Amino acid sequence: MSKYKVVHYINQFFAGIGGEEKANIPPEMRDGVVGPGMALAAAFEADMEIVATIICGDSYYAENMENAEAEILEMVKSKSPDMFIAGPAFNAGRYGTACGAICKAVKDNLGIPVLTGMYVENPGADIFKKDLFIVETKNSAADMRKAIPKMAALAIKMAKGEELGSPSEENYIERGVRRNIFREKRGAERAVEMLVAKVNNKPFVTEYPMPVFDHVAPAAALKDLKKAKIAVVTSGGIVPKGNPDHIESSSASKYGKYDLTGFDYLTDETHETAHGGYDPCYANSNPNRVLPVDVLRDLEKEGVIGELHKYFYTTVGNGTSVGNAVKFSKEYAQELLADGVDGVIMTST
Amino acid sequence: MRLELGKIKIADVQFSEETKVENGTLYVNKQEIIDLVMEDDHIVKCVVELARPGESVRITPVKDVIEPRVKVEGPGGIFPGMINKVTTVGEGRTHTLNGAAVVTCGKIVGFQEGIIDMSGPGAELTPFSKLNNVCVVVEPKEGIEQHTYEKAARMAGLKVATYLGKAAIDVEPDEIVAYETKPLLEQVAEYPDLPKVGYVYMLQTQGLLHDTYVYGVDAKKIIPTVLYPTEIMDGAVLSGNCVSACDKNTSYHHLNNPIIEELYKKHGKEINFIGVIATNENVYLADKERSSNWSAKFAKYLGLDAVIISQEGFGNPDTDLIMNCKKIENEGVKTVIVTDEYAGRDGASQSLADADPKADAVVTGGNANEVIVLPPMDKVIGMLDYADKIAGGFDGSLRPDGSIEAEIQVITGATNELGFNKYSATTY
Repeated sequence: MSKYKVVHYINQFFAGIGGEEKANIPPEMRDGVVGPGMALAAAFEADMEIVATIICGDSYYAENMENAEAEILEMVKSKSPDMFIAGPAFNAGRYGTACGAICKAVKDNLGIPVLTGMYVENPGADIFKKDLFIVETKNSAADMRKAIPKMAALAIKMAKGEELGSPSEENYIERGVRRNIFREKRGAERAVEMLVAKVNNKPFVTEYPMPVFDHVAPAAALKDLKKAKIAVVTSGGIVPKGNPDHIESSSASKYGKYDLTGFDYLTDETHETAHGGYDPCYANSNPNRVLPVDVLRDLEKEGVIGELHKYFYTTVGNGTSVGNAVKFSKEYAQELLADGVDGVIMTST
Repeated sequence: MRLELGKIKIADVQFSEETKVENGTLYVNKQEIIDLVMEDDHIVKCVVELARPGESVRITPVKDVIEPRVKVEGPGGIFPGMINKVTTVGEGRTHTLNGAAVVTCGKIVGFQEGIIDMSGPGAELTPFSKLNNVCVVVEPKEGIEQHTYEKAARMAGLKVATYLGKAAIDVEPDEIVAYETKPLLEQVAEYPDLPKVGYVYMLQTQGLLHDTYVYGVDAKKIIPTVLYPTEIMDGAVLSGNCVSACDKNTSYHHLNNPIIEELYKKHGKEINFIGVIATNENVYLADKERSSNWSAKFAKYLGLDAVIISQEGFGNPDTDLIMNCKKIENEGVKTVIVTDEYAGRDGASQSLADADPKADAVVTGGNANEVIVLPPMDKVIGMLDYADKIAGGFDGSLRPDGSIEAEIQVITGATNELGFNKYSATTY
């Protein structure tokens, strides 16, 4: 079996070119290994080989990000490697950020596995840990001897496409991704043990640290409602009867956009809910309860609002991930803007 | 209140001329069950089938799972307010057919019904694959309203469980476990040096298929109340076939509430288990405020040092969970919350819809959005027609070969929020 081909990325310092005074050198590529690549190549043994090393100055990268990224991508592409590795960067901030950014660019553009390594407090770790596998190192190059075997072991698994274990098993920085596992004891027993620890002021470890949410600042109030074009959007699952786009009853992977032209109100003949998280009987018998088209048409006639937008957007909020919800809204918010909508009423259930 | 639970271990289930328990086998007269279920005019057809651990059998759409029980000593009967009179239960002795269950299924009422596989990867995620199940497949009368159908299916399950439970009256239990909680002042005095611990039992009450009954009362119409833990073992709290399958508390879960069981294990040793505060998860904000205010008030009033709070369902009830946690902590009572997660199929999104720094002790039953492929089974009890529609399914979930690709949300009891399982999640 042929060896997996790796392109390795390092900065000017680890290439032995120089320190801060050489940090402005543009990217160059050399065949084979340079600097820490030697130890990495040794740790790969028969599985993988470093076919080329790309060297770039930290300042150059930081100051010419777009160009540097494009240049480096071309270099990587020219070698058609099976994998890309950057660093380790330890606690060097600009180097760590560059390693992270280039790894992400290679992963997104070339679709090959990428790996870097750095200290957990390196700013690059914070920015890229969600996107990348970053082997956790200590905060200085004195840790090189220990960091290299960890990176090599994980790199081999990734190149082979093997299933990866937990952060502590594989030595990477927690990526914030939730994975299901079987624990040794059932949940109720764990809960009681946690409670006994907590009430006795003994240490305990929560199984889910509280999440952080984005806070969206409310938009400025509309100046003249009489002239405003108002759209109605819902996570309550109202869809044309038969749910033509098969929006899921829970964990929606899509949203729908439907025409309201000709509807003075919705009825159980024309619309229904696809939502699986509440009692659907009342929404099905009168869908205006969730998507208030009847009242909005009245307000339109009375001149309270300028007009009701032609389309409504809808999805099912039930169990739908924040990630999907953000994706949907980013898309249709642009359409609403393009259609000249001034205000949106969002209904939930 | 002191209750002895006499567990009669059931290792097999068979059809027979007579319904009885003999040498660990539950024998079932099929026709008597059919006749019992058909007493209800809303049901036009009833099929009874058996499913045993390890068999290549898929049961779906599952509504409720119920353990057959019978009261043999003490006041009242099993399932008070639903099957028997509303006598206060929880004292004396109750026999259970441990290892057997009644599973109700049939055409869906809504979207929330689930899947139980008796073997394969799906079986690992549901506790009900380990039971000898008497499956009652009901067919509703054409055109009946959803609430009526739900009630008919719910009552059919309870009636059959009561009927089978009676077979346990004269059987000598394999194991007898006694549970006791005394009236408040006596209980506090019994273990004055141990931390006083309670259990805040959040009951799903969001509406159709999201209801729970306490002594026969629809729990959305209650204000939080206090129960002896043993009352729950006699069926004081029963499921209205609620929420997504993975995190619904079936009647079986209520009867065998694992938090109550684990609290009793440490009762008198490390903690003083004072009692249960039952509360609801209504959809109106005023109800959420009132109920969480009251659960916090009770936690303080009962002099508790700490409580476990369990949830049922997800999303909207996450707010009830966090409100309870925050308000109870604000009373100086420590909390552990038991929940599950909806972090997206990639596990990268926030797992809960609400959060507070005070919720620093969390036990999780896992990420319900995880996708699983359930291989085809030789036999289907019920029908596969709804695999794409039930919560956790999607367009194309049911494949031509009979396998199902869906979120584990579809599996009954998979991410249970009473901590019934070992399944959980961690950060990668």
